[in-house]
Amino acid sequence: MDLNPTPAEQSFRDEFRSWLHANIPEGWDPSGFHDEDSRQRFEFLRAWQKKMYEAGWVGIHWPKEYGGRGSSLIEQTIFIEEMARVAAPPLINVLGVSLLGPTLIAYGTEAQKKRFLAKILGADEIWCQGYSEPNAGSDLAALRSEAVLHGDHFVVNGQKTWTSYGHFADWCFAVVRTNPDVPKHKGLTYLLIDMHSPGITIRPLKQMTGDSEFNEVSFQNVEVPVENVVGSINGGWEIAIATLMFERGTLGASLQITFKRQIERLVELSKRIMRNGRPASEDPIIRQRLAQICTEIEIFRLNQLRTTTRMAKTGVPGPEGSIQKIFWSEMNQRMQQVAMEMLGPWGQLTKESDYAVDHGQWAHAYLRSRGNTIEAGTSEIQRNIIGHFVLGLPKSY
Amino acid sequence: MEFELNETQRLFQRSARELFAQECPPTAVREMIEKNQPYSDAIWNKLVEQGWTGLIFGEDEGGLGLGMVEMAVAFEEMGRALVPGAFLSTVALAGSLIGKACSTDYRAKKLQAICEGQIKATVGLLEESASWNPAAVALSATAVDGGFKLNGKKLFVSDASVSDCIITAARSGPNLILAFVEAKSSGVTIKPMPALDATRSLSAVEFNDVVVSADDVIADGAKATAALEHALNVATLALSAEMVGGMDWLLEASVEYAKTRKQFGKPIGQFQAVQHHCANMLLMTESARSAVYYAAWMMGSDPEQAPLAVSMAKAYASDGYREVGNLAVQVHGGIGFTWDENVHFYYKRSKASELMFGDATYHRERIASLLIDRTESAKAVSEAAD
Repeated sequence: MDLNPTPAEQSFRDEFRSWLHANIPEGWDPSGFHDEDSRQRFEFLRAWQKKMYEAGWVGIHWPKEYGGRGSSLIEQTIFIEEMARVAAPPLINVLGVSLLGPTLIAYGTEAQKKRFLAKILGADEIWCQGYSEPNAGSDLAALRSEAVLHGDHFVVNGQKTWTSYGHFADWCFAVVRTNPDVPKHKGLTYLLIDMHSPGITIRPLKQMTGDSEFNEVSFQNVEVPVENVVGSINGGWEIAIATLMFERGTLGASLQITFKRQIERLVELSKRIMRNGRPASEDPIIRQRLAQICTEIEIFRLNQLRTTTRMAKTGVPGPEGSIQKIFWSEMNQRMQQVAMEMLGPWGQLTKESDYAVDHGQWAHAYLRSRGNTIEAGTSEIQRNIIGHFVLGLPKSY
Repeated sequence: MEFELNETQRLFQRSARELFAQECPPTAVREMIEKNQPYSDAIWNKLVEQGWTGLIFGEDEGGLGLGMVEMAVAFEEMGRALVPGAFLSTVALAGSLIGKACSTDYRAKKLQAICEGQIKATVGLLEESASWNPAAVALSATAVDGGFKLNGKKLFVSDASVSDCIITAARSGPNLILAFVEAKSSGVTIKPMPALDATRSLSAVEFNDVVVSADDVIADGAKATAALEHALNVATLALSAEMVGGMDWLLEASVEYAKTRKQFGKPIGQFQAVQHHCANMLLMTESARSAVYYAAWMMGSDPEQAPLAVSMAKAYASDGYREVGNLAVQVHGGIGFTWDENVHFYYKRSKASELMFGDATYHRERIASLLIDRTESAKAVSEAAD
């Protein structure tokens, strides 16, 4: 066990830290409130990712030949820690960088890698994920969107839902049914679909927050060239699962950035918000709650570092990613509740109110966190995965 | 940067696990509990023979000179085997206090005696106020010719019943002093405080005009406070590691039981309600382990910043071990509530460990004072990580 950085890791950290210091956009306010779905925010973040890519700071762990930096997974972790330290703006093409990219690197053809990877890193093509359907949520393999082969292309019909970034996306990695006559896991294919194709309709889903991060995407006779299959026809389930592993194993790590920023802000606010005639920071109950959240955020970071150490040796994320998914989603709900409790009546005010704290971001974050234990695999599904794949208990379904 | 045990540390872990499987099997623990003897010469002598009593002390003092991570490994294995006895009190608590507080000659002499297994020691800190904060110490030390006279009572003193000496925190005027008191000294009365966990004894120790020589006052004032805080950090870390071992045992036992116990014609582990209990146990166990090994690393590499990590580990492990214990009993059903199944020994140990060296509430307040009250505070976690 050695938590000291190697000289290479240290110089990576130093170099990135000074780059960030010099390049974070003027006027970026990490605690400022932005509509999650605003076009303006999207374009701002897209330009930021482009700038980072051009300086060599996107795709830290991707091989150099595909436009990445070719650094270790540990350096990838350092990258996240440094982003968190200064509360840097996040990468907008996160589904491409964290999910599809690693999947293509592992399973894609050379032609697919050449075609897609560099444009993911530069945010030239934004990706969305076409997994869930109205009748296939937790039971993903029950999905019904069908793709029928006609010569050199598939014709896709069906509907996807909860498609985040759908309204900004240029491409979609989707799982579709190519054989309805075999057991459900065996008739699925992983397809890369151009979102600008004729026959695609996108309808934003309005969430309880009022935002529309997610979309319903419908496909009507959408033609997709057969070379856009990742892996083999009817062999899509394995690849779909691999992508989910990347989602749980790595995507969660970058949430440290948000959590850290929020808890630091809460500690700051605790000194100004009054509670029973004194600053909340002097209230023993609030102190307990804040200390508990600080502890959990720290443990989230440490669990991730252990997972990363293991991944650096085995090469692939394991089902332990489910632990992290449960950990961060439930922790975030607790943190938002602590924020609400501490802010008292002020916490409920939305951005429309002149009295709102931090432009209403706490009311928003409270609502948004409610979705955390559902999206990207519910807590129940994650616990099933741990029970069966990690602890070796008999499969329950 | 690597956050996992290295090859040498894994070897040490394996040999420790084998040692306790051999020398401290569940049957031996049960026998000690049922005879109400939370200590055995046989196990102690084995530990001495293996050099374990010198685990964290320098080789020049007769120890093995191992680091804090190795100490955590050792305690995790002891916690898994539920090893009874005076090891935590002697090595992690009293030993590290002697190491920090004493002048060179005295330290060498006493640590050698501990390493060689000649003495078992503990620390008398808590009093009626039941506070782990050294500032709460009130036991009176009056200066007499060539030393001090101690009067008062220490409570919850772990393993005092089998210890040869009790390092006693006392107050002389405004000054905290640490006195090395032989358990057999005239005026010392040790009475058991029977409690839930029969694997670790607690005692009330009364001091009636107990005379200690000036030589045996090993530190006073700020030095005594600093030494005591250091020793409490080391012992809290060791205890937290021990708690992780207990959690791991409970998890394994519960998963095993869930795979074999059948109801409705199938293993109960096939039911999601039971699976989810087990998944929660795993989540808490692994998270406590992350916190403990990080705290161990910090104690070894940056002791100034380590108290925050130690408190996070103890706060999380305190809640976690208790909750894992609850779930383990629940998964075992009625069997888990019986005396004949071993689960309740761990269940009781979890409660006793939670209360020792400050519970979760105590440590969260320490975290709050480190993170909220200090000006540079909010940055401390990330700076510590850099």
